[in-house]
Amino acid sequence: MSGVRVLAGTRKGAFVLTSDGMRKQWEVSGPHFAGWEIYHVKGSPADPGRLYASQSSGWSGQVIQRSDDGGATWAPVGNQFAYQGTPGTHQWYDGTPHPWEFARVWHLEPSLDDPDVVYAGVEDAGLFRSVDGGQSWQELPKLRGHESGPSWQPGAGGMCLHTILLDPARQGRMFAAISAAGAFRSDDAGQTWRPINQGLQSEGIPDPDAEVGHCVHRLAMHPSRPDVLFMQKHWDVMRSDNGGESWREISGNLPSDFGFPIDVHAHEPDTVFVVPITSDAEHFPPEGKLRVYRSRTGGDEWEPLTTGLPQENCYVNVLRDAMAVDSLDSCGVYFGTTGGQVYVSADSGDSWEPIVRDLPAVLSVEVQTLP
Amino acid sequence: MIRVVLPAHLRALARIDGEVHLDITGPVTQRSVLDALEARYPMLRGTIRGHDSGPRRAFIRLFACEQDLSHDPPDDPLPAAVAAGTEPYLIVGAMAGG
Repeated sequence: MSGVRVLAGTRKGAFVLTSDGMRKQWEVSGPHFAGWEIYHVKGSPADPGRLYASQSSGWSGQVIQRSDDGGATWAPVGNQFAYQGTPGTHQWYDGTPHPWEFARVWHLEPSLDDPDVVYAGVEDAGLFRSVDGGQSWQELPKLRGHESGPSWQPGAGGMCLHTILLDPARQGRMFAAISAAGAFRSDDAGQTWRPINQGLQSEGIPDPDAEVGHCVHRLAMHPSRPDVLFMQKHWDVMRSDNGGESWREISGNLPSDFGFPIDVHAHEPDTVFVVPITSDAEHFPPEGKLRVYRSRTGGDEWEPLTTGLPQENCYVNVLRDAMAVDSLDSCGVYFGTTGGQVYVSADSGDSWEPIVRDLPAVLSVEVQTLP
Repeated sequence: MIRVVLPAHLRALARIDGEVHLDITGPVTQRSVLDALEARYPMLRGTIRGHDSGPRRAFIRLFACEQDLSHDPPDDPLPAAVAAGTEPYLIVGAMAGG
């Protein structure tokens, strides 16, 4: 019988949550790497036993862990992330130049077809690649080295490269998103990059429709339709139908268009999920009601999904990498909160249950659909 | 024999129980001890100091014989009691680091 494996990264360790296809009974393993911040754990699409985890701490910096048996055992691999050349400066919060400094890996994106190839999005924003299963890392320097790089500035969480999307249809096309620089696209496997932010409007930067400077929180794509991209921006939910060449707002009737994660249903490319958050100053759900919003029309028209979610006195946040979908026949949707809950819906969001309630603050959630 | 005590989170990373005992050939300095430690436990590279014998990480402190050695030059000799193995070399996570 098919099953799922949920990979949750938290402030104080990683947890592996497994279930059969019913997604009712769960086995919880962890904390792995107890006491360390686990920004992200993700499995290889080409080998579900191959997992990568980003482990870091304020004391001892970055470690990358790898598992070859689905998370049963782990071993540290390479942790040297050296920017290529002289790093130069970006903008600091106050607008002054600030040297690029590696802080941590936010996101690990394994290749679609080679378990030993994996990309890492890091803070300060840069993109690295390993072709030897994480043993060594090389920067793809043209992204950080884009002519606009010196003007990039950190979002509240730091200047992080948090989203990496690999186009399954076009060889070499990939997308990256940076807070607060914007979205970027490469058509040559990361060798060169260009900003793709036309149509974004952002208050808080001198030119609201500038080519770069936008605080993109998350991008999402359905693999069957990779030219259609969805974006949760600092404010505004956006859509592109042309691989990011241009964007239009699809916030529609959302109670707030501020938020962090966005994801797409596994079998319905126009079904999209977001979690509205009150505002940039109030990182909790509007009215204290935790609601996932679903659009079945590719945006603009949204419905609240509340069954099984707390509808009073709920003041958690859902971070940008903390939502995922499985690909079982009845699509499962998962998200984790800063209050330590990981919720599952086995029916495309119609109803929800907590898998666990009391983990450390959840930083990321991924799911693997197992045969 | 040099005795080295690591903080719990690094003992867990390197799967070490208790103290590490190292034999050092030549001068016993902070650099030579850390070089030997990283040679035996490569997963510790980058977690105490930068790669390639780089600077100490800001939230790691280095103590021995009731002295703070964190800011001493890395090639200065360690205290004789550390070199003799009667006192340990302490690698400590700063109070504020977690």
